[in-house]
Amino acid sequence: MTVGTLALLAAAVSTAVFPAVAGATPSGSVSLVAYSTPKPAYAALIKAFNATSAGKNVTFSQSFGASGSQATAVANGLPADVVNFSLAPDMNKLVKAGIVSAKWSATPTKGMVTNSIVSFVVRPGNPKHITNWASLVKSGVSVITPNPFSSGSAKWNLMAAYGAQLALGKTKAQATTYLTQLLKHTAAQPSSASNALQTFLSGEGDVLLDYEDDALYAKSKGEAVSIVTPPQTILIQNPIAVPTKASNPAAAKAFVAYLLSPAGQRVWGKQGYRPVLPKVASQFKFPTPKKLFTIDSLGGWTKVNTIFFTPSTGVVAKIEQGLGVSTSSS
Amino acid sequence: MSSPWKWPLRILALGYLAGLVALPVGSIFFRAFQHGFGAAWDAVTTPDALHALWLTFVVVLIAVPLNTVFGVGMSLILARHRFPGAWLLDAFVDLPLAVSPVVVGIALVLVYGRSGWFGDWLAGHGIAIIFSLPGIVMASATVSLPYVVREVLPVLQEIGTDQEQAATTLGAKPFAIFRRITLPSIRRSLAYGVTLTTARVLGEFGAVVVVSGAIAGRTQTLTLFIQDGIENLNVVGAYAGAVILALIALGVLAILGRDTTSEGRKRRWRSPSDPSPSSSETPLLSTT
Amino acid sequence: MSPPPAVDLGVRPDGPIPNPFAHGLRRSVGRWAGPGLAVTYLSLLVVLPLAALVSKAFTSGFGVFWQAVSQPEAVAALKLTLIASLIVATFNALAGLVIAWVLVRDDFRGKQAVNAMIDLPFALPTVVAGLTLLSLYGPDSIFHLNVADTKIGIVVALAFVTLPFSVRSVQPVLAELDREVEEAAASLGASSSVVLRRVILPGIAPAMLAGAGLAFARAVGEFGSVVLISGNLPFKTEVASSWIYSLSQSDQLSAAAAVSVVLVVVALLVLVGIGLLRRRFDIGESV
Repeated sequence: MTVGTLALLAAAVSTAVFPAVAGATPSGSVSLVAYSTPKPAYAALIKAFNATSAGKNVTFSQSFGASGSQATAVANGLPADVVNFSLAPDMNKLVKAGIVSAKWSATPTKGMVTNSIVSFVVRPGNPKHITNWASLVKSGVSVITPNPFSSGSAKWNLMAAYGAQLALGKTKAQATTYLTQLLKHTAAQPSSASNALQTFLSGEGDVLLDYEDDALYAKSKGEAVSIVTPPQTILIQNPIAVPTKASNPAAAKAFVAYLLSPAGQRVWGKQGYRPVLPKVASQFKFPTPKKLFTIDSLGGWTKVNTIFFTPSTGVVAKIEQGLGVSTSSS
Repeated sequence: MSSPWKWPLRILALGYLAGLVALPVGSIFFRAFQHGFGAAWDAVTTPDALHALWLTFVVVLIAVPLNTVFGVGMSLILARHRFPGAWLLDAFVDLPLAVSPVVVGIALVLVYGRSGWFGDWLAGHGIAIIFSLPGIVMASATVSLPYVVREVLPVLQEIGTDQEQAATTLGAKPFAIFRRITLPSIRRSLAYGVTLTTARVLGEFGAVVVVSGAIAGRTQTLTLFIQDGIENLNVVGAYAGAVILALIALGVLAILGRDTTSEGRKRRWRSPSDPSPSSSETPLLSTT
Repeated sequence: MSPPPAVDLGVRPDGPIPNPFAHGLRRSVGRWAGPGLAVTYLSLLVVLPLAALVSKAFTSGFGVFWQAVSQPEAVAALKLTLIASLIVATFNALAGLVIAWVLVRDDFRGKQAVNAMIDLPFALPTVVAGLTLLSLYGPDSIFHLNVADTKIGIVVALAFVTLPFSVRSVQPVLAELDREVEEAAASLGASSSVVLRRVILPGIAPAMLAGAGLAFARAVGEFGSVVLISGNLPFKTEVASSWIYSLSQSDQLSAAAAVSVVLVVVALLVLVGIGLLRRRFDIGESV
């Protein structure tokens, strides 16, 4: 054998036997910037990651906040090695700012790390018998959903409602009429999902539209809520990426790899998030809606944002204006 | 107003305060200690919580003195000098209030952020403002800017300059005049101004969340920590944090505002022939 | 005592007193150092960010600015905010006077504690204040007093956060009032209401107005504490700061800046108006 081959062999053996010595283990600090909901989940995930050989030398700095605001912060220069948002448009903000590669979604899981669905959160015992979308617009029922112009969660909620109507065979016009009815029954539109949950827990409304993982977390914290899975609902998909200019790409990529690994996905599942890996997902008993659709079936976020959620000119804005003009007092 | 008004006024004032302030504050204390003092203590002594507390202290210790010095200086300028545009300067001091805190944060980022007006210059000189301590201090100082001015200026205007002028003709140096005549006469209003400023800095959230990046254990102030607690349904932690903020504010007032509720002695210069006020005469308008 | 040094100390009968930081030779520099520093500080913290905001608002020209400001949601939110803030500023000015009066001129056990709690609405994060008000005066209210999702709820939240100004603006001035004038007037036969109207009120009116102006300015910009109890319903209970927040979250930063600028301009007009009013009181004062 030549010296070169021997050296290579030695290197390969030492990397396998002494990873730290060979410098193959990622180390250093990773800046995690994420939306607010998964903070408790990340506490568990980081702990589990640090227990693996790949993650034992990695430390984390963490920042959680409203998904849109976090994206804006990163675009404004907040250092981030791993970014995880609640919906894809926030990731696209970073693509526009040149911080995340345009190919972030070219992965086996389409750039997503967790799934969830839009659920109904009701009072214990479901006194108003909320079982489907039609029961939300029955007389005497009041709904809580965040304001769609300040909250990503609200956008998922409204598109779930809209898409559910289409799944029931209604036309686009009828689905829009349903949205009008839904917003008419909305007693409050808090500025964020967290505020919406607090509003609901303070006694307002009969049903809260929320992420399933958020609702499960509230239940696990002992809050007085019951969760009803709508028969038709949207699949919430949360994107993750390592920015191109991450200061510690090796460790960051190792962490993301862990989050997408079966072990990591199992931790997510225990925290109430639907795993993106089908094999892991089947190990959990998440309720299965009769019809589960994605935002892609409704045209994708870019189109939906423009058509529905443009302030003052979008479909939802027009509905609100119509309702406001007819019911506002001066 | 004589004695018949005493009780109606008391009931009005105390009733209003009870419903608007005492009850909400009491409710916060209640929720913080609902599960016992130990649970509350544990919630606010985690590493992240302690760092948030420390960071808040640092921000207060920098922003409040800055605003105090600025406030007194600006009050002196506005009270003692008439110049064109004084009314505009006066209004500018109050303006940060009218801007929603989140927008204050956005505006600061527009100037000092990476793609802001000074972004390149700051980056070139290695100065980090946004997402770092200086940014948090600036945001806090901006939102609490007006209070010292607003407390001190009216009192300076009300008191006038007689005593200072008298001292000047007697040969006193300007700084001695300031220290021995001006400062004591504004002590009470300055105490309130500093307390308001401190309280405002303690409670600021919107501007700080935008400029700080909310990095736990690094740029997370106590209000951000509390917000985290609310988001994650960590009720005890959030309310215990709020209790700490309230206690700090109360402490500042206790230290600065000793004996600020009794009336001031007369500060006007009197000639020897003026009679001194009779202490046996009960002022008609007293409510005691 | 030897005569003072032959330097013009700037003493005028009714004019400014010397700058405390202007000593001797460095007088010329010293005279400007203080104001210069103050103006620099103000510029860095207020003027520049405000200018950046205005610049952002007009980035795409006046047409886009006008469009942002005249959108139905913006108009509704601005109207609601301005009216609610006006109501609160006025109401709290009166409440603040009553409270300051009781604190200064009355005495009772626990007065110190009452005095101490006045500043607390500032120290509490707005979200905590909002949550607490919602729990006390919302659907779960123990008094069955539910003002959530109403305009009254907005006024309650705004009254909470502006109370410290309304009290603390009047309190120190009230305490410094020259009691001798009141006594003199009373001894000359003036009734209590005359003394109140002609002696006391002119003395504290400037401070009350200043406090009301501050309260108004704070109220128009308030977000965190209002947004929970108000229900944040568009065209009904959505305040301007909430609409601005929505615009900023919907990638419409210029529109957000535009509506903010309108609020600032209105607040500026109110503050300037109050400043003029106060000047009239100062001139009318002969004491």
